[in-house]
Amino acid sequence: MTQTEPLLEPGDSFPESASPTHMGLPDEAGFFGEFGGRFVGEPLIGACQELEAAFLDAWADPAFRTEFIDVLRDYGGRPSPLTECVNLSEELGLRLLLKREDLNHTGSHKINNVIGQALLAKRMGKTRLIAETGAGQHGVATATAAALLGMSCVVYMGEVDMDRQALNVFRMRLMGAEVVPAMSGSRTLKDAVNEAMRAWVGEVTDTHYCLGSVMGPHPYPWMVRTFHEIIGTEARQQVEALTGGLPDVAVACVGGGSNAAGLFAGFADDPTVRLVGAEPAGGAAAGRGVPAIVHGMKSYFMQDEVGQILEAESISAGLDYPGLGPEHSHMARNKRAEYHPVTDEQVIESFQLLSRREGIIPALESAHAIAWVVQEKEQLAGKTVLVNLSGRGDKDVRQVQQILDGQSGHVGAE
Amino acid sequence: MSTATTTSLETHLGERLAAGRKLLLPYVTAGITDDWVDLVEAIIDAGADAVEIGIPFSDPAMDGTTIQEASVVALERGMTPAQALTDLRGREHGAPLIAMTYYNLVFRYGHERFASDAAAAGVRATILPDLPMELAGDWAEAASAEGIENILLAAPVTSDTRLEKVVANTAGFVYVVSTMGTTGERSEVDDAATVLATRVKALGTKPAIVGFGISGPETAVAASRVADGVIVASALMRKVLDGASVAEAASFVADMRAALDAAYS
Ligand SMILES: Cc1ncc(COP(=O)(O)O)c(C=O)c1O
Repeated sequence: MTQTEPLLEPGDSFPESASPTHMGLPDEAGFFGEFGGRFVGEPLIGACQELEAAFLDAWADPAFRTEFIDVLRDYGGRPSPLTECVNLSEELGLRLLLKREDLNHTGSHKINNVIGQALLAKRMGKTRLIAETGAGQHGVATATAAALLGMSCVVYMGEVDMDRQALNVFRMRLMGAEVVPAMSGSRTLKDAVNEAMRAWVGEVTDTHYCLGSVMGPHPYPWMVRTFHEIIGTEARQQVEALTGGLPDVAVACVGGGSNAAGLFAGFADDPTVRLVGAEPAGGAAAGRGVPAIVHGMKSYFMQDEVGQILEAESISAGLDYPGLGPEHSHMARNKRAEYHPVTDEQVIESFQLLSRREGIIPALESAHAIAWVVQEKEQLAGKTVLVNLSGRGDKDVRQVQQILDGQSGHVGAE
Repeated sequence: MSTATTTSLETHLGERLAAGRKLLLPYVTAGITDDWVDLVEAIIDAGADAVEIGIPFSDPAMDGTTIQEASVVALERGMTPAQALTDLRGREHGAPLIAMTYYNLVFRYGHERFASDAAAAGVRATILPDLPMELAGDWAEAASAEGIENILLAAPVTSDTRLEKVVANTAGFVYVVSTMGTTGERSEVDDAATVLATRVKALGTKPAIVGFGISGPETAVAASRVADGVIVASALMRKVLDGASVAEAASFVADMRAALDAAYS
């Protein structure tokens, strides 16, 4: 059963955030409690300050919000539906609801943030977008927005990920973006972030760095979460309309944490709603991490005993990140949200389970959230469980096919 | 604590400047070779006024390809912050040392402990490029208790009001970032470097030293017209990565020293 009542009619104003307190403003220096901040080199300080001022100004401007919401609706396909999984609910013994971010244009939640940032960049007079990408979904979304708004676009992507996600590389190039391999370190998402930051320094005057998750220096974690709050705001209304109440649990996968932050924002001030982030076992920053300062922020990261950042290892390129956004570190610390690891094997099983039972092929990233629900089905019995299905699995079918065919010895490596 | 017995970096550099010379500060990645401490000594003998010791970090986001490569080599050889300081300790250094690294390594080591171990190793100052002025207070305090100065960066885009604060809050010297980019050799020094050095010099007496893009004697001389001297990092590390011996690397530093002295004294 699908909730079809449109939430956004032409001319609607932007829905107010449901959650002003728990996921409120960072402090003046960009900290959420102990985490966050703006740990960047002097050459980037001015650009971050300019961005913060521009975002504050734009977000206070109803015309900007209207434009944002209009593009998300008419181009992005919002609101995304809420789907009740009848078959799986019965099988698992709980009420499973999916927030269908996979049905957005470009196939994931990433488009929300990218449309926001691209419109902002345009308003700031920038003509170029650069971005890092892991799975390629954020890169594809950025290339899409650049094409739509007539901006040029360069995407940095780990060389390993370019191979894992070759189709998305082609998509980006098709839309006119240049894709530059990040060759340093583990050649995955963490290194793509380094490359994008290095490039941005030399190009700050005409270029906006369109960061893809709730991470990086202030104002990014806060700004990106704000652009994604529409997920939680819509989901809250949809769940209420369908069930007459709130969900017992809201679950999302966590790489940097943007889809989770967007979902959580809708429920953070409702103490009865349990907030759960599913992390890959090989990149469990909240679970196994220690505070570190890297990529412009203080947050939990996987690191060795002296502070060298470790390489994450996950079957899904989009979660292959050794840290997570500072607001998640804050919520983990103050226990408003919990973060739990799931293994690659569980993810592959859930990927197949959702496909077979519901006819929905999830992104490998999103399958992490399903995997946690499956794992915890006993303690979740009878509960209403809302899962953010952050993306669709088209990009992953080749990789999963190879794994299932046994052509790949170790899941995750290609 | 070595504060009482040792002059500060700023005083040391000031004395050298007063003697009428331009300053030369080469950079060495700790652990880039087995004999990296010998390299540090040799380039001091070749005329370095102070040496930057790069403690390698896994994610050097402000560095170009050469320092990235040097960091990977050093990390693969097992270099750690504690090891770097241990290697330096117990040797007499003919010039002050400056630890240059990313803040996470100092944060993890612990401010007090890093300051005290660094001071014992002959480190007189730090450069932590990802720890901006407004977040540097705690570290600067712990450092200063051990007689270590914290050097701040100024960039071509740094506003006038901010630059005033940078100059007021830095200790040791003002690190003049020559260009909007990462570390790495360039064939010419950006005009922006001279403009920025002029702005810094107008704000006080702290030495202004240009880093990023110094590739050899010519760029060193060009960059020092207004500034008080230069930092040379990638060009030197490139030679070492390509197999230069200690003597060959030191002779490159000696050439830069000679060119600066010939041009300015
Ligand atoms: C479908 C999907 N979900 C989740 C993520 C992870 O990002 P985040 O944790 O910021 O939501 C990605 C990243 O590429 C993605 O493509």
